[in-house]
Order: sequence, then structure tokens, then C-alpha cells
Amino acid sequence: MTSGAAGMELAEASNAFIYATMLTLTIAMVLFAASFASGRRPSTAKTVAASVHSPGSESSSVAVLDRDSDRPAIDSGRRLANIGMSLTWLATGLLTIALVLRGVWAGRVPWGNMYEFSISSAWGVLVVFLALSLRRDLRWLGLFVVIPALLTLGLAVTVLYTEAAQLVPALKSYWLVIHVSAAIICAGAFTVAASTAGLSLVQSRMESRGRSFSGPMSAMPSAERLRTFTSRIIAFSFPLWTFSVIAGAIWAENAWGRYWGWDPKETWAFITWVVYAAYLHARSTAGWRGDKASWIAILGLVTFLINYFGVNIFVNSLHSYAGV
Amino acid sequence: MTAPPAVRTEAPVPPMGAQGFLRWAWRQLTSMRVALILLFALAVASVPGSILPQRGNNPLLVNEWLAEQPTVGPILDSLGFFDVYGAPWFAAVYLLLFISLIGCVLPRVAVHWKALRSQPPNAPRNLDRLSAFAEQSVNLSADQVIADQSARLRKDRWRVRTGSTDETVWLSAEKGYWRETGNLIFHLALVLVLVAVAVVGLFGWRGNVIVKEGSGFSNTLTQYDAWGGGRLATADTIPPFAFTLDDFAVEFERSEAQRGSPRLFEATVDLQRDPLGPIERESIEVNFPISVAGAKVFLVGHGYAPSFIVRDSTGAVVLDDDVVFLPQDGNFTSTGVIKVPDSSPQLGFQGLFLPTSAIDDIRGPHSVFPDADDPSVFLSVWEGDLGLDSGIPQSIYTLDTEGMEQIGLRALIPGQTWDFGAGEIEFTGWQRWASFQIAFDPGKEAALAAAVLAMVGLTVSLFTRRRRLWVKAQTSAGGSSLVQAAGLSKSEAGDVSADVQQVWDSMDESRQEERQ
Repeated sequence: MTSGAAGMELAEASNAFIYATMLTLTIAMVLFAASFASGRRPSTAKTVAASVHSPGSESSSVAVLDRDSDRPAIDSGRRLANIGMSLTWLATGLLTIALVLRGVWAGRVPWGNMYEFSISSAWGVLVVFLALSLRRDLRWLGLFVVIPALLTLGLAVTVLYTEAAQLVPALKSYWLVIHVSAAIICAGAFTVAASTAGLSLVQSRMESRGRSFSGPMSAMPSAERLRTFTSRIIAFSFPLWTFSVIAGAIWAENAWGRYWGWDPKETWAFITWVVYAAYLHARSTAGWRGDKASWIAILGLVTFLINYFGVNIFVNSLHSYAGV
Repeated sequence: MTAPPAVRTEAPVPPMGAQGFLRWAWRQLTSMRVALILLFALAVASVPGSILPQRGNNPLLVNEWLAEQPTVGPILDSLGFFDVYGAPWFAAVYLLLFISLIGCVLPRVAVHWKALRSQPPNAPRNLDRLSAFAEQSVNLSADQVIADQSARLRKDRWRVRTGSTDETVWLSAEKGYWRETGNLIFHLALVLVLVAVAVVGLFGWRGNVIVKEGSGFSNTLTQYDAWGGGRLATADTIPPFAFTLDDFAVEFERSEAQRGSPRLFEATVDLQRDPLGPIERESIEVNFPISVAGAKVFLVGHGYAPSFIVRDSTGAVVLDDDVVFLPQDGNFTSTGVIKVPDSSPQLGFQGLFLPTSAIDDIRGPHSVFPDADDPSVFLSVWEGDLGLDSGIPQSIYTLDTEGMEQIGLRALIPGQTWDFGAGEIEFTGWQRWASFQIAFDPGKEAALAAAVLAMVGLTVSLFTRRRRLWVKAQTSAGGSSLVQAAGLSKSEAGDVSADVQQVWDSMDESRQEERQ
């Protein structure tokens, strides 16, 4: 741990970057919200090529050659969302610097207590979102990713703030880096997936009201597309979560002499795993593919959060490293 | 467990007859819907074990809970709520789930095995009914189009079958067989994980022992404070090693942030791997156990053993020992008992050891820091019969005061002697002790290998898209041909439009070649 005046400067700089991140994200959130509120249904349907058609695209699991419908026309709000995206990139950069400074101050990876894990999770949410946005237009999702990231950061600085300190011996292991980095990316991916699942539920309700609904949701992707997107994110994060749990078991074997002991943290990690397994099964079960599957995706994040907040703070667990 | 719908159709009402009913029940059990319900049941069944204290992790807390809840406690206890993960109803859920899994996966292994060795299926008569469809006129002969496309697809590792009917030349191609292969590997590997874990549980054992600095431990059953194993675990599998705890180093955080948090535990031991072997110096730390002959030695805890000399009324030394006290809180306020059976009458002491002493009205004497900065002991002395001859085994950490009478109460700091009339006790100092867990888990590597196999299978499966592609070409007048292409995704959330697009993209070049 870096001590003395230089250490305090690092600590203050790290905190300053956190606040700068929150400020930037708040502006991004307002812009995304304005963009969302000005959303309109695309006025003209775009066609790719005259010879390409796509009957029954809603009912089948196949996405068709109309990729442009991934990009809802936001028209007036489009520019606002563009600035929002740029600010999200900026905020993620600032947050990365904050994490690095925190790590330098503590002289270790910045994942030693709940404050550090929370700001890392917010980082994970933003990074997963930005990584996905490289491959497709996700401006419509910005608002629903920035809000959970901001909430997490807000909770971190107000309730969970802890001065950096050294690790307790049980955490001094390279497995910390392996196990926790996977968990952070999963936290980000599960959050984004829950956001898109939630949007798909809203959209599904809008669609059931009739084809000609208007308002902000009309500019969002269809419920089926949102569900497909959700399942892709979970298809990516479920193996990663499996990895995180296995890495945790190996670490537990090293630190505590048993690889699985049904410690509350382990139990809830298992529950999260089972719920996401149920999600993947639901996606290929008739009658469950739609809204029910979306609810399961949200339930998955809920079990993850129970594990994080509930077990760390309220339950007597070997994993109680909250530092609060 | 993505299943072909035909296998998963369900009869809503059980049919008559025992055989019919069994078939119906089996079909239900192996259906996706029931698998889904069992997954939820497993998640829900896991919850109480994380809320209620569990015997395996914290038997003391369970007893406290039972004492506080005399009505609800025993009911929950009889239902296995304090040993959820060993309870029959929990086992029923996961065994049903695994039976459902096996019943679902095995037939699919057969189906997939056949699919792996067969050709892609014929094209549907009307390609334009498929969701991803496109058609276009091309400046190439139909034979040429199909030849080019099948060469390209084979290069991209598609399985391709070609043929012709009347004037139409066609190809059907399929790719992504690894999706199902990985999926089946994942599910079968889960079965392996369960089996491996069960085997580890049957043959494995673990024991706990407290060793004081300077004392030794030899690995035999009688030396353990606690030892437990699976049904098939025997003492034969205990390797005959021995070690002496040479030194136990501890550091705690002293700065304001997280004051008192542990920073370092390190046990230095002189290890003898077998009775005739050489003595090796080893260090055991949290996260860094040592392996000895298939068993692993873990550092799991530590505490204080205050040192006492007790003399009887004649001045003869009746006890000279370091007595293990057990920590009660994070600052190592520790309790212990000193039994002196060799004095007459017998003496017993109940003690409180405070590494950094403090006293207040609410908490009484307690420790405010885990390191021994300002140690003291609070002793109460009892005289009478210790009850050691009753034949009932006694804990060394409790004093049976039934046949005894309290004759005094006193606080001591190191070096102080207290004459309590019937004798005197000298608090000479303290030592540290470390507790070790020695575990033998045969087959845990197999469990790990199975878990890794499951993860690899899962990843391969979820990252592979299985899809089919059909191309039909019909030569029209003037040497050009009408080409139709269509795709079908066989995986959920799949997108074959790019594969269909590829047909045209790859053809643009060949058309240009034609023009030159």
C-alpha cells in the first residue's frame, strides 16, 4: 500500500475520477433520456434489396436480411444519443483511470471490498455495453445501461465507501484476479441482459395493444429482437459464470480445504447458475420462450444481487469481505 | 436440452394401465417443461440452507438457534432444514433432475450420432417459404453456380450434398454440428461431476487439529480434535506423517482503515513425511496448503494458549502448561478452562484471555485488538470434584461445575501470581496455537476435470450456430441461370441471413470474371 502524502493524493485523485465519471454519466443519462423521449416509429420502412423478402419474421427464430431495423430512426433524438454514447465512452475511460489509481494506492487489484467491487461492476456494465455497441447500434439501450451503472456508483460512494487497505490473507491469491474478474464481467453482462429483458417485457405489452402504438417505445426494437439480444448476452455470460464458479471452487479448495461447502455465497452463486440454466432451457421450451423467459433473465440478476448485497452484509459467510 | 418437438410432446392426461402410466410418467419426467420446473425447484430448495445455520458449517449456531426457537426449531430440524444439502428432499430434487437429464440426453446422443454420419437433408420444395430467402439471375450456368458454391462452402467447413432434378441443380449444406455435440458433452459431463463429487464424499475424510507453538502432531486418528469422513473412508488412508509447529507468525492491520483485519498468518513447521524420513522445513499459509502423501494440510485458524503454573497448598507444582483458549470474537477475546486433577481437592479454572484488554460496563472484560498488545486473564477458580472419573467423556473446553464450589475471582497480567487460599496460580505468559485441517479428497481432480469438460462443452455449444443452407440453380435462356438461396437456423436466436447474403457476395466476383 502506498503510504504518506503521495498515497493520499492517489486516493483523492481516484475519488475525483469517480465523481467525474458520475457527472459525465449523469449528462449522458439526460441526453439518452431526451433521445428516448423523442423517439418515433420509423416513418418509412427500409428495404434492402427488392428480391429479398422476409415473411413471418416475428414468429420464427430467424433474423432476416433487414438489419436496418436494428437501428430505429430516432431522427431528432439521434444527435443527443450520439453525444450520450461519446460521453459513455468518456465516462468509462474516467472510471478505468479511477480503478487504476485505486489499485496503485492499495498496491493490489482493486477488488478487495464491496466499494471496490461495486465500482468495478459499474465498469463491467459499461464495458459490456460498449463492447456490444461496437458490433451493432445500441443507442436505444444507452439510457437503460447508464442508469444501473450510475445507481451502482452512487451506492458505492455513499454507503459502501471504504479506505483502501491491504487484503486479508484469504484474499491474497492470484485466484482473486481470475475469479473476480470473471464475476465482474458477468455482473455487467447480467445487468445489460436484465435491462433488455425488462425492455422486451414493456415492448411485448405495447405490441399486444396493437400495431400502431406510438410514443418512445415505438422507436425501440421489437420484443422478439430484444429477447434474442437478451439470450445472446446470456449465452455469452453463462459459460463465463460457470467458469467463475469453478475458479471459485478451486480457490476455496486452496484457501479453506474444501472445494464446495455450501457457504451462503457459494449457495447463491449456484442458485444464480441454476436460474440462468433455467433461462436457457426456457428459451427452447414452447410456451416459455417469450415473456416468461424474460422474467427469468430478470430473476437471474435478482439472485446475483441478493448474493452480492444480501450475503455480503447480512449473512455470516466466509465471503464477508464487505469492509463496511 | 433443446429437444426435437416430437420427443417432447406431452399427453395432458395420464393414460390408463400401469405400463401406460409409467410411459407417460417417464415422458413427463424427461420433458423440457419438467426439467425447467425441477431447475426452479433446485434453486428454491437451495435457499433455506443459506438463511438457516447449517450443521456442516456451523454446528454451534444451529444449537443456539434450536435453543432460542423451542417450537419451530425441532420441526425444522426433523425436516432436515439444518442440513439442507444432505436432506432427502434436496437429494430427491437433484436426483430427479439428473434422471430427467439422462433420460433426455441419451436418446439425443443416438439421434445426434446418426445425424453426424448422415448427409444434409433435401431442400424443401419451396425455398421461398423459408424466412431467409433470396433469388437472383446470374450470368453463370446452373452447374457452375452449384459447383462454385459447394467448393466455397466445403472450404468453410460446411457439410455439402449436391444433386440435380430435371433442370434444377441444387445443393444442401449444414454447419454447426458442434452445437449439439457440445450441448451433449456439457450435460453428460454434469453427470460425471455429480458422480465424482459423490465418490469424493464416500472415500474422503477431513480432520481438524489444534497445535500449539513448539508442539507436535502425528497423523493418526487419535490425535485429531475432530475427524469425519464418508461412509467408505477408513483410517488406513491416513498417511503417517508428523510435524512440529515451530513458529506461527501473525500480523494485523494497525492503521485506522479496517483496524484489526488480519494481514498475515504463517505457520512454519518441521515436517516429517514418513516416520523414517528426513525433517523438512515447510511453511503453511492461508491459500498455500502443503500436500503430504495425497492429503493436504490447510491452515484454518489460530488463537492463544496462555501459560500457567499451578501449585497446591504445599507449594508442589500440580500443573505447568500452555492451555488452549478458543477465540470468541474478531479481537480474540478467548475462553478456556484449566483442569487440575492432581491436586486434592481437585481444582478447576474458568478463564477469559484478552490479548488487548479493555473493560466496560456493558460488555465487561473484552479485547479491543486481536494482537497481544496488553494481555490479561480473568480467572474464576473452583474447588471440588472435576467429574473426570464418571466415565462420561468431557470437553476440555468446558468445566463441569456440578460437584464444585467457586472460591475466587481475579484478573492477572503476565508474571502475576494469585494465591487463592487452596493454592496459587501464576500467569507466566502466552503462546499462539494454529489449527489445521487435514483433508483427503480422492478423485477431486476427476470432479474438476468433469467440471472443466462441462464448461468447454457449454462454451462450444453456445458459441456455435447450427444452420442449413440450400441453393438451387436453374439454367435459363442465354447461359444465365436463376439462383435461389435460403437458410434455416437450427439454433435458438440464430441468424442465417448472413449465410444467404454470402451466396451473392461470393458470386459477384465470379460474375465479373464472366464479363471479362
